[in-house]
Amino acid sequence: MSDTPVDTQRIDSSKRTWLIASTCAGAVGGVATAVPFVSTLSPSEKAKAAGAAVEVDISNLKPGEKMTAEWRGKPVWIVKRTPEMVAELPKLDGQLADPKSERHPDEFTPEYARNTTRSIKPEVLVVVGICTHLGCSPSDKFTPGPQPSLPDNWEGGFLCPCHGSTFDLAGRVFKNKPAPDNLPVPPHMYLSDTRLLIGEDKKA
Amino acid sequence: MAEYKEISPNASAGEKLLNWVDNRFPASKLYKEHLSEYYAPKNFNFWYFFGSLAMLVLVIQIVTGIFLVMHYKPDATLAFASVEYIMRDVPWGWLVRYMHSTGASAFFIVVYLHMFRGLLYGSYRKPRELVWIFGCAIFLCLMAEAFMGYLLPWGQMSYWGAQVIVNLFSAIPFVGPDLALLIRGDYVVSDATLNRFFSFHVIAVPLVLLGLVAAHIIALHEVGSNNPDGVEIKGPKAPRDANGHPLDGIPFHPYYTVHDILGVSVFLMVFTAVIFFAPEAGGYFLEYNNFIPADPFKTPNHIAPVWYFTPFYSMLRAITGEMMYALIACVAAGAFFGAVKSKLPGFLKAGVVGAAVVVIALMLSIDAKFWGVVVMGGAVVILFFLPWLDQSPVKSIRYRPSWHKYLYAVFVVVFVVLAYLGVQPPSPIGERVSQVGTLFYFGFFLLMPWWSQIGETKPVPDRVTFAAH
Repeated sequence: MSDTPVDTQRIDSSKRTWLIASTCAGAVGGVATAVPFVSTLSPSEKAKAAGAAVEVDISNLKPGEKMTAEWRGKPVWIVKRTPEMVAELPKLDGQLADPKSERHPDEFTPEYARNTTRSIKPEVLVVVGICTHLGCSPSDKFTPGPQPSLPDNWEGGFLCPCHGSTFDLAGRVFKNKPAPDNLPVPPHMYLSDTRLLIGEDKKA
Repeated sequence: MAEYKEISPNASAGEKLLNWVDNRFPASKLYKEHLSEYYAPKNFNFWYFFGSLAMLVLVIQIVTGIFLVMHYKPDATLAFASVEYIMRDVPWGWLVRYMHSTGASAFFIVVYLHMFRGLLYGSYRKPRELVWIFGCAIFLCLMAEAFMGYLLPWGQMSYWGAQVIVNLFSAIPFVGPDLALLIRGDYVVSDATLNRFFSFHVIAVPLVLLGLVAAHIIALHEVGSNNPDGVEIKGPKAPRDANGHPLDGIPFHPYYTVHDILGVSVFLMVFTAVIFFAPEAGGYFLEYNNFIPADPFKTPNHIAPVWYFTPFYSMLRAITGEMMYALIACVAAGAFFGAVKSKLPGFLKAGVVGAAVVVIALMLSIDAKFWGVVVMGGAVVILFFLPWLDQSPVKSIRYRPSWHKYLYAVFVVVFVVLAYLGVQPPSPIGERVSQVGTLFYFGFFLLMPWWSQIGETKPVPDRVTFAAH
């Protein structure tokens, strides 16, 4: 390498201007190229299509039973609560973090489910079975009474195995648990008395 | 361009060939600079095995990885079965797979020890800051590599581990949910997630990793290795022989290459013993739940990350609503000392107080879940700043006040306890202990500028301590 000092008199300033301009243009182009690459990471049309509504037949669901449907790859629970279970719900309000579903109602509870049972029909609960803490799927703990990991006055509900969040039979989270929100109620509607459409409701 | 070197016509064919190459590519020059004439301090102890062992494990992971990819299918419906196919039907496939899975844990063992060596002997201190920073970046890459690789067998732990970790990102205010969607490429962990993690695991991250390893070694060879005494063997006052080589250094090859063979032998004995007799390592290297295919509808009863992530996972779990008050108190105390006790100029003091007020306001308004993520990330990021946090007048633990040794011992115990708690199911006592551990971990680093200056250091010798043997 030669160490000839740059002669400041001989700098071609117009060439330098063009070099800077073309470098900037190149940088803009380079950044713009990143857009399609990053875009490929977002959900594909196929994944979005899989988010379409699913129809579920609940005619065989007996009181006190739960069935699971798949919607957007997530488990959606449909629980047919007994009248005793429904009667128990309002008594729990004091122990719950958000009994009236007032936190982020748009995300977690559609308008037609903003009631004590968080459902359209009082006995049928429809919720996404994914804990609002870190996305584990809680397990069924329908039997009331004292049992491991649960309080002694347990009235039936769900327990998340990952970090111990508990939910009542309306998917409402108990106080002082890691999960901040109630289990989300997906948009849903009844096509008939026993046919349920999950993923779509009347306003859509 | 370098001057063209002529060689005697009587030279052997080999010498002529080397001369031909050397005139076109710096083969001999590189060999001398990095091996035969790279002078390393002669007083290395066993702690200095772990750098070369990390290189060895990297090679093992790359080679076994190449062969695994030949049989593995990155498809949510086929992945689990293809791993079992490797284990049962591919000739010797079980060995290659166990080498890779054991290699992952071995990598972290070796790297944790390698990093601890740096901590003990002040190997991150001036002028080796970049060696340390490249090393921390390598550690980050390794964590990404391990996390994404763990999804590939598509077992229950793979699935739910990825689900929990990706959901951590959704705790970030405003951009979180979209970011999590971008990482998964779907509304849940799915085939799309598996495919992209496969791509990152086998090509993107390894390329970055190799580049960083090269940078780590080039930076190291530029500044020279540190040693257990923290004495510069190539400094202006260091003694040199007639050829200008440091008297306290020996060429890396053959001395340390041969020396490292001992370390490699011992390592391979342990490594192969694990592969052959305990490849699952009692559920620590391969978790039992991962022998059940991923089921998006059923979370295993107890999910925990693999052992090498558990200290950080413990810190994540330690951040509860109650812990936030302790953290707020720490921020307030820091601001108080900054404003009242320090010698900062007035406007900086106002800045410190202002920043503290903003941080406390944010801590009160954003969920503890988000701060858990911040703490977990911060626990790794803080390592990058170590060269500037340590203000001790001496580098090596050998010449520091004796109580520093106890402090480092407590640090190690805290780290191990956090790791242990991270594999256990959550419990009230465990939560309290991990909260204390988290405060200690951050206190150790954040208060280092002060505690590292306290106490009387011992005289540092002019030359390395070395007894010929």
